[in-house]
Amino acid sequence: MDQVVIANRLSDGVVVFLAAAPGSARGEWMLRLEDASVARDDARAQEILALGLASARDRNEVIDPYLIDVEQTPSGLRPTRYRELIRAFGPTVRQDLGKQAGSGEV
Amino acid sequence: MALLESRADGPALIDDRYLRLDETAPIPAEGAVLVSLVRFHAERAALLARKAPLGVWLASNEKPVAVADDLERLALVALDFPVFSDGRAFSSARLLRERYGYKGELRAIGDVLCEQLPFMLRSGFDSFDMKSPKALEEFRAVVGEVRVVYQPTGDGRPTAIDRRLGRR
Amino acid sequence: MYQYDEFDHALVQDRVTQFRRQVERRLAGELTEDQFRPLRLMNGLYLQLHAYMLRVAIPYGTLDSRQMRKLAYIARRYDKGYGHFTTRQNLQYNWPKLEETPDILAELAEVEMHAIQTSGNCIRNVTSDQYAGAAEGEIEDPRIWCEIIRQWSTLHPEFSFLPRKFKIAVTGSEHDRAAVKVHDIGLIMRRDGSGQAGFEVIVGGGLGRTPFIGKTIRGFLPKEHLLSYLEAILRVYNQLGRRDNKFKARIKVTVHETGAEEFTRLVDEEWAAMGDTAPKLPKQEVDRIARYFEPPAFRALPKAAPASEARAKSDPGFAAWVRHNVSPHKISGYAIANISLKPVGKPPGDATAEQMDAVADLADGFSFGEIRVTHAQNLVLPHVERESLPVLYDGLVAAGLAASNIGLLSDIIACPGLDYCALANARSIPIAERITERFADRDRLELIGEMQIKISGCINACGHHHVGHIGILGVDRKGEEHYQVQIGGSATEDAALGRILGRGFSADEVVDVVEKIVDTYLERRTQGESFIETYRRIGQDPFKERVYGTA
Repeated sequence: MDQVVIANRLSDGVVVFLAAAPGSARGEWMLRLEDASVARDDARAQEILALGLASARDRNEVIDPYLIDVEQTPSGLRPTRYRELIRAFGPTVRQDLGKQAGSGEV
Repeated sequence: MALLESRADGPALIDDRYLRLDETAPIPAEGAVLVSLVRFHAERAALLARKAPLGVWLASNEKPVAVADDLERLALVALDFPVFSDGRAFSSARLLRERYGYKGELRAIGDVLCEQLPFMLRSGFDSFDMKSPKALEEFRAVVGEVRVVYQPTGDGRPTAIDRRLGRR
Repeated sequence: MYQYDEFDHALVQDRVTQFRRQVERRLAGELTEDQFRPLRLMNGLYLQLHAYMLRVAIPYGTLDSRQMRKLAYIARRYDKGYGHFTTRQNLQYNWPKLEETPDILAELAEVEMHAIQTSGNCIRNVTSDQYAGAAEGEIEDPRIWCEIIRQWSTLHPEFSFLPRKFKIAVTGSEHDRAAVKVHDIGLIMRRDGSGQAGFEVIVGGGLGRTPFIGKTIRGFLPKEHLLSYLEAILRVYNQLGRRDNKFKARIKVTVHETGAEEFTRLVDEEWAAMGDTAPKLPKQEVDRIARYFEPPAFRALPKAAPASEARAKSDPGFAAWVRHNVSPHKISGYAIANISLKPVGKPPGDATAEQMDAVADLADGFSFGEIRVTHAQNLVLPHVERESLPVLYDGLVAAGLAASNIGLLSDIIACPGLDYCALANARSIPIAERITERFADRDRLELIGEMQIKISGCINACGHHHVGHIGILGVDRKGEEHYQVQIGGSATEDAALGRILGRGFSADEVVDVVEKIVDTYLERRTQGESFIETYRRIGQDPFKERVYGTA
């Protein structure tokens, strides 16, 4: 199962996703799911999770990073779990708010 | 681990003179010792016979009434916070001070969060087992930050109601 | 309404300074998230699915136009142009930034507002009857006592780290509009034999995983003993409440496990032992606070309101609004006007910044500047001259706030649910929207009459589903949203918990289920019987049979 690391940015609570080339010392937090690094195996998943946790613990960039399952769909990369889908895009009852409302900007 | 003492002239970091004994360590002939409530009840006579200061610590689920009759013989009562969110010791502290008239040192041990210091002071604690190396700084930043209190406790501090009535 | 004196101001301002310091420490990494979390919760700042959420306290659901305008300003400047009114009479902002929250709190402090203790394991906002001071049949304005409790419970040194959250509600009226029987402590004002006013004290009510109706532990408590008795209850709870299991930590479980009789005995024992250490309530202070709740300068008006009546005859929309949204006022010539925040197909309880400003203006124009928030997520203008109702109505129409459905089926209570809340298992708002769309027909709504639907997105029951006439609980069933339906609950003085009908339903099915329940009621009711009355007469089975097709 493909996975990405999701978290909330400390300063403003915005949902972010980790991007990091294999072997990087640290990752970068991206606003858009499609910019996240997707782990295709367990080892890579643990690597990106470790980077996420280090970012939280050592640099206070984010809160509570964890791995979520994602899949490729005709509309692009999507979390498989409904809750994470809502986090990634925004409240379903306000299509004008959250990331769904504009190219990942909040 | 810093022991922070709150005194009339301000906070001070001091060395802890108490030796905390576990359940089986031999009781030394001299020196201040701190024992659990269980141990105090089990070896009460021996502990009280010593001419050195005696402290008893209570776990968060142990009630202060258990030491109420012995308070005059205790130089120290310590109340444990197993996690800072376990607020039972606030009630125990107030009961010790306000109901049972305890006058000795009342210490907060365990997971003591500096942000809780104002509440602890008002509840009757006067010493704090702080984990942080910056305990003194934190005390000064936190204590007195909120100038008004609404509720009376044994600390005798005037409440908003007292000040309103005094103003009239 | 109450106005801060120098001491109230100092406390709130110091609290803002304190929180600013705590936020700076957090952003600088000097506080970990574990250390910071209880601190931000004590200032009502949650982390939700998309962002932080700030819950602003609206003490006992009362605010004035200046405060409402500030809430609108904050929505615009610091959030996304709207806010959500909650089942505890508070307001939630869904998109604040942590780094801006101290500024938001400073703005609130300017108008005597705050977010203190709207979260965390401490005593929360004291809620009350939204018609306090306006409706007939009140022993005394309960908000005097709410304000007294508010101050006593704010930054209480002994009770800031309770086993769990603690919710108190007060009503001054026999007719309980504040759901006091499902609160940790519910207080009902009563008179004793000699006519003295006091409180019936009810403890251990609550919804959530294990719902309970509260137990009366003291039939009559004289007013002057209120704070000392509350302190005794809280002390017993602080010491006895479970700390090992979050789901058994509320006082309702403590009362249940200890036994109501034994619990009462412990409270009375503690109360008797308190002596001099008990918090005192000097008459001078009570009188000082009571003065703020004296009635506004009502005019001497005749009962009749010919202009209003004429308008009702010619305008069926206005007539319907009066019929459902306007309640009788104790003063001749006045009325209580409810503002529904439940338009068809929109999230229940939300208001835009523009709507908040409109309500503020209308309050200034027609209600002495005063506004109330109800636990059903609506607003109230408590003191409106009957002859002003037509102009008020026109103002509400212009602001999109004239939904004429108070107490009707489309006046749904719903928590934010999985669209916003990190605790939720399923969405609740879309279910509410679909129900209101299915039942959009005015005539049908009127035919059905009083019907309270309450929807929660998880077992925490912030949508009060246990006490809905129809209660809907969203759960997660193997990754799919799934809904349990219960019927027969009630939140008023005849409080009762609803009973689950049977197996649950998908999001698509649940609206049909509501329709079947309603149809059963319409078919079986006798003349003038409300839904809840029919249910109590005929029981669960006819509804069950209709919904599951087993008849």
